[in-house]
Amino acid sequence: MVETSKKTDGRSVKARSLAYRKIKNSLVSILAGLSALLGLFILGWILFTVVERGFSAFNWAFFTELPNPPGMEGGGLANAMLGTIILTLLATLIGVPLGLLAGIYLSEFGKNSKFSEWVRFFANILMGTPSIIIGIFIYTILVVPFGHFSAYSGAVALAVMMFPVVARTTDDMLQMVPAAMRESALALGAPRWRTILEIVFRSAKNGLITGVLLAVARVSGETAPLLFTALNSPFWFSGLNEPTANLTVTIFNYAMSPYEDWQRMAWGASLLISAGVLAVTLTTRFLLKEKRI
Amino acid sequence: MKMDNGIFPESIRKEKEDVAGAGRITVKNLNFFYGNSQALFNNTIEIEPGKVTAIIGPSGCGKSTHLRVYNRIFELYADQRAEGEVLIDGVNILSRQYDLIELRKRVGMIFQKPTPFPMSVYDNVAYGLKLHYKINKNEMNERVEKALKQAALWDEVKDKLKQPGTALSGGQQQRLSIARAIAVEPEILLMDEPTSAIDPVATAKIEDLIAKLRGKYTIVIVTHNMQQAARISDFTAFFYEGYIVEYGVTKELFTRPKKKQTENYITGRFG
Repeated sequence: MVETSKKTDGRSVKARSLAYRKIKNSLVSILAGLSALLGLFILGWILFTVVERGFSAFNWAFFTELPNPPGMEGGGLANAMLGTIILTLLATLIGVPLGLLAGIYLSEFGKNSKFSEWVRFFANILMGTPSIIIGIFIYTILVVPFGHFSAYSGAVALAVMMFPVVARTTDDMLQMVPAAMRESALALGAPRWRTILEIVFRSAKNGLITGVLLAVARVSGETAPLLFTALNSPFWFSGLNEPTANLTVTIFNYAMSPYEDWQRMAWGASLLISAGVLAVTLTTRFLLKEKRI
Repeated sequence: MKMDNGIFPESIRKEKEDVAGAGRITVKNLNFFYGNSQALFNNTIEIEPGKVTAIIGPSGCGKSTHLRVYNRIFELYADQRAEGEVLIDGVNILSRQYDLIELRKRVGMIFQKPTPFPMSVYDNVAYGLKLHYKINKNEMNERVEKALKQAALWDEVKDKLKQPGTALSGGQQQRLSIARAIAVEPEILLMDEPTSAIDPVATAKIEDLIAKLRGKYTIVIVTHNMQQAARISDFTAFFYEGYIVEYGVTKELFTRPKKKQTENYITGRFG
């Protein structure tokens, strides 16, 4: 390219080499593309392995029967599937409303207060807290005093993990709703709570659902908090007060076991969890596209 | 004036007639603060009922701040504070006892950027009505249609009432905001630069609409566009650095300004 020289503000300004900029640009593009590919490749590899190994575990018994004792062929993980669903649902019921309310407070009421800044700060820390520590924490406050493992302590542990995720995404998503939207509703004579629930929430609906899903997806694959709380069980779900079977702890136990049949089932459970998370995500995306007003 | 049986049509219309010619705003010594910094100084002004009053002035002179006191929307922000008196038909609306919801039913507001709610065109207009009245379906349909007609939007949206409000064009969205505001039958309409975010053709439509609404509502419009103020308003107030420098009949203010600052501004010497 031709070097041009212009007088600007009395100083001579030299144009940068266009060729050099083009090379830099393509270099960065290629690097970024390669990184993306690497990420995709690893994800594909994991999914492929899980599907390949897990699928062979699938049969009627796998979905309907209780696990057999070690060494015995057959059996299934129906109790663990049910247990995981119950634990996740209960955790969602506890964690999501609390998280939404906290998010509302942060974004709508205490927006710039010192207190809110502290809450945000601690929520961020809680999000980064290793799940095993949350497991031990719930173990000390809910398992030790009652003297036994239980489904509700597992659900509370998962809820504690969901809470900061929901609170912070709610906070962020509500803050993205323009102030003029709130003011318009208030100016029509809407009370504050209706403005938040009917206008601000609706405007941020997609973001809020995404936040909740993110939280559900995050905890449905957690093992450590359940190891200390819900533990595991070879039996059917028999009440929130009892140790409860679940897929992740089952994967942990079975994958480490020397029995080939159990290892196969661990792969099957892994596939099931992956597929479950994928299905939840896809369904919501579909629903969001369908009902768009 | 609450209706006892909860069913509304006659009662609303009657209520409206009762207050015909009402909507006079009297501002006495209004001072306004953002935290510790004062934005309005001793604003005193009397807004004529049923007329269009324009507020003009350079950016940051307090036009919007002043307007936002009339429906106390500023109270959403904890650090904002107004002192003084704003009387609407003789009653001080800045008084703590004055009910905010009642105030906002009487004083509607249109914002700079159109803000259709995330719901259908129909529901947008119905939203305010549902807040204040218990209405059956037929009556609701009638009220929504009437408001949309008043906002000169009906012909364009009558076949897409169920579509999201956000699907309309910018100019249509702004008229939807106006329809939404007038559906609840306010006495006063505040407009905060209602045409600054939309194109000239849509602006012309809004100006026509304001001309049509004149007489039915007390309209106070903030605008940075002096030609617009000259075209559409009966009275004009010129604000500068938080003070009301000059206030009078629009024609006179633009042709024979009494103050030097006003003259400088309208002749384009600053602003």
